[in-house]
Parts: sequence; structure tokens; C-alpha cells
Amino acid sequence: MPKMNLSHFEAAILFALFSSVVLGVITKRTDADRLRYGVRCFAYFLAALIGLGWLMKLGHG
Amino acid sequence: MATNVKAQAAAPPARAWYGVVLLAWLVPGAGHFLLKRPGRGALLLASVAIMFLLGLMMRGTMFQPQTGDVLTTIIYCGGFLGDLASGLFYLLTVWLGYAQPDMAGHVHDYGTKFLVAAGLLNVLAMVDAYEIATGEKD
Repeated sequence: MPKMNLSHFEAAILFALFSSVVLGVITKRTDADRLRYGVRCFAYFLAALIGLGWLMKLGHG
Repeated sequence: MATNVKAQAAAPPARAWYGVVLLAWLVPGAGHFLLKRPGRGALLLASVAIMFLLGLMMRGTMFQPQTGDVLTTIIYCGGFLGDLASGLFYLLTVWLGYAQPDMAGHVHDYGTKFLVAAGLLNVLAMVDAYEIATGEKD
């Protein structure tokens, strides 16, 4: 089994991507709505990731 | 009493969904394939499988159920259930000896979370398959 080293950012991006795909697939009723919801979820994940990252950086001083 | 009778009458028959839900647990996305939703099934299978494999490649550990104080019980039993929800992926990993010992390090920690998250995403897929099988959803 190959070993993989990911940074926190890379791991969080991948987590956001696959979670968004599943959330998009299971929540809405039409394909267009599913795509839109999945993309929106991914954007929210990214916004939270970058926002919290900056918050922690600024909080550390 | 009358409400209970009504609720029982409204509940869908178990025969309509238990096979689908069991299959959806064993192989992520398979419930959707069985219900003739191959596109959605493929996306679910790919998402759960890749997430699980990434967790394994990051040398994430599988939770073993442990009891003690409340927090320990919640984390270890909850983590075990999350791992178990990946179905065949979890079972094969344990049976073939790919389960890793718990190691210190941030990458291993991400891996452990990826393994649990893959199972939790499969729980969502199982609920969706249930709703399709019972006619609550298209």
C-alpha cells in the first residue's frame, strides 16, 4: 500500500470535494440542482477553510 | 393507539427496502445501481472509495470500540460505527490485515478522519437509497 503525505490544506480540499459530491448527489431532485448545490457546498467549505485558517493565523499573532 | 395503527399502516414494507439498504451498506452506491440510478451510484461509489483509499494511504487507523468515560465511549464507539459504515471496504481492510496501528502524526490523524468520513458519507447514501426504494424520493 503506497504511503501518502498530504498537507492540511490538501487534505481539507479533498475532504471538501468528496463531501460536496455526495451532498450534491443525495439532496436535490434534478441534476442541475444537484450540480449547483454541490458546487455551492464546495465553495462554502473553501470559504470556511480559508476564513478559519486566517483567523488562526491572526489569532496566533 | 389509533395513531400507532395509522403510523404502522403508513410505514413502507421492510421487503421494499431492506435488501437495497443492506446492499448500499456493503458496497457504497450499489443501492442506487439496483434502483436504476447508475450515474448517482457511480458518483457515490467513487467518492466513498477514493476517500477510504486516501485514508488508508495516509495510514489512518481503524477505531476499536472502547468504553470508559463518556468522551472515550463516544469517540471510540462512534468512530468504530463510522468505520463499519463503509461496508465491504472496512471488512476487507480488517480481514486482509491493512488496518494500521494507531500512530502519532498529523497525516495519520487526517487518514483516520478520512476513513470515518467515508463511512458517514455512505450512511447518507444509504438513507438516500432507502428514500428512493420507499418512494419518498424520485
